Amino acid sequence: MIVQSLKGIGASAGIAIAKAYRLEEPELVVEKRVIDSIEAEIQRFTAAISQSTSELEQIKEHAFKELGEDKAAIFAAHLLVLSDPELINPIKDKITTEKVNAEFALQEVANMFIGMFESMDNEYMKERASDIRDVTKRVMSHLLGVTIPNPSMISEEVIIIAEDLTPSDTAQLNRQYVKGFTTDIGGRTSHSAIMARSLEIPAVVGTKTGTTDIENGVLVILDGLAGTVIVDPSADTVKEYEEKKATYEAKKAEWAKLVNEPTVSKDGQHVELAANIGTPEDVKGVLENGGEGVGLYRTEFLYMGRTQLPTEEEQFDAYKSVLERMEGKPVVVRTLDIGGDKELPYLDLPKEMNPFLGFRAIRLCLEMQDMFRIQLRALLRAGVYGNLKIMFPMIATLDEFRSAKGILEEEKQKLLFEGQQVVEKIELGIMVEIPSTAVLADQFAKEVDFFSIGTNDLVQYSMAADRMNQRVSYLYQPYSPAILRLVKMVIDAAHAEGKWAGMCGEMAGDETAIPILLGLGLDEFSMSATSILKVRSQILRLSKTEMKNLAEKALQMKTTSEVIEAVKEIMK
Amino acid sequence: MAEKLYTIIDDAGIHARPATLLVKSVSNFNSEINLEYNGKSVNLKSIMGVMSLGIVKGAETKIVASGSDENEVIAAVTETITKQGLGQ
Repeated sequence: MIVQSLKGIGASAGIAIAKAYRLEEPELVVEKRVIDSIEAEIQRFTAAISQSTSELEQIKEHAFKELGEDKAAIFAAHLLVLSDPELINPIKDKITTEKVNAEFALQEVANMFIGMFESMDNEYMKERASDIRDVTKRVMSHLLGVTIPNPSMISEEVIIIAEDLTPSDTAQLNRQYVKGFTTDIGGRTSHSAIMARSLEIPAVVGTKTGTTDIENGVLVILDGLAGTVIVDPSADTVKEYEEKKATYEAKKAEWAKLVNEPTVSKDGQHVELAANIGTPEDVKGVLENGGEGVGLYRTEFLYMGRTQLPTEEEQFDAYKSVLERMEGKPVVVRTLDIGGDKELPYLDLPKEMNPFLGFRAIRLCLEMQDMFRIQLRALLRAGVYGNLKIMFPMIATLDEFRSAKGILEEEKQKLLFEGQQVVEKIELGIMVEIPSTAVLADQFAKEVDFFSIGTNDLVQYSMAADRMNQRVSYLYQPYSPAILRLVKMVIDAAHAEGKWAGMCGEMAGDETAIPILLGLGLDEFSMSATSILKVRSQILRLSKTEMKNLAEKALQMKTTSEVIEAVKEIMK
Repeated sequence: MAEKLYTIIDDAGIHARPATLLVKSVSNFNSEINLEYNGKSVNLKSIMGVMSLGIVKGAETKIVASGSDENEVIAAVTETITKQGLGQ
């Protein structure tokens, strides 16, 4: 069957046009055999280990040069697996005592280890199973005399088509020839997607059928922006995408010039473009993309992928590191937002019928105060190292805000009494995600220092539509005049009390929403770091006064499509 | 037989990188060397063994070496652990 176009997830932006190169994992079929000479079999096994070792040494070298010391470190561990006595000796014993072939012995012992790591209830450890699989597969291929693909040997421009890419595959990719890749499985945060972004090559993951539908050598267009793969395109399509590619690259070059520029509208009004981050490592990307601050530091990642709560010291180190690296630029830290779709297995919370309307975020923190207090202590102490602002998620009533603020004040006094250094003055804000809070924003504004509008939840709560449910996804309408009116209420309420209002949902980085948000007077836009330069270049071309008119019209419109049309008209 | 206790102070515990360093630091000794944690004991020369313990921050661990160079083993392990800030 000839399939013209495949849809996947755009994991790394950019467009590539090149011939398909199928990176096929050969099927390694292992049969159990009885052997004649134990000595010869052990010799064969040892030879396979040493061939694998020298290959891995080369891959490690290559990774060191292309990706740096950090990413090469994993191969030092892989090499140690090859010399691990707990792997080697049981295999040799099996060959000797059971008189079985090396392949079978290797498979048995490797599977035992893979199973052991897979059964651990720690995400990090589970992933180690794939490391062992990667290493032992290499040894197996040498035993079977099968060549496993060697992407470092590619010497013409290609797009790699694979089911999935292992760490050793991605480390071997040579950017000079590999223009992009697509995989059948994986998501935006899978290993291969992360590697694609750090290599800065376009990638589309999760196409499901790429390896069945794309033949070796056929021309392929990879659109990492739209998440599509076009197979065997017509000359016209190729031309169209060559233009798209040139436009994208020219735009990227234009955006790169804006890294150190302020974000000022055509009529001279400044707004702040900040980034959403999850870990201290993300700060690098924020600075590289010219972020003027961190508008949302999601602290829940500190709590996830582990078996117990992070300690005060661990949290202090993480917050301090972010604040120091941001060098005095504002950093808005959101206190723990767990529950809903984000679970912490070790808290052992009961399953709920409606997790998004249930025991989550500030509701949970106000009840599990021991946990909450540890986080606040770490924040108060770290605040000394930069420009820290704290916000509480899912605030529905003023009482909740007052309680959270009271607890923070108590911990501050305790720390001072203990003789610890704590930050003197701290701005305290709230996320506005619940419609009732938006409606009562004028009252909140008298007590909070700032608002940050979380549009993903605000939209789903206002429209009463679960954003995970495909069948009601048409109701996810951030440009609806109803939502715009709520946003306006929040911004106006903040300004009436001399406070500021920001936004940290996906809407803040959205091309269509930005003209309206600018017109509504939003002070801070927080988005994924990679969107900042694009948005900056958009705002430079917009006049805030004109956008004010647009926003006023949009507020009086009847439907979402009218709003979208109006924005399109003005962006022409 | 020589043995020594260590408390792990590294935030991430003994994950892949420190495990690599620890195993490398002892791979050339003759002694039999075990790492004990949480009631389990593994061969310290085995990267998979060390990783499988899932040692976290604050863990109380014990190294037990027996053989002709057992004292040198303890010295080498102590050096790696303190130099890397893994434990005390």
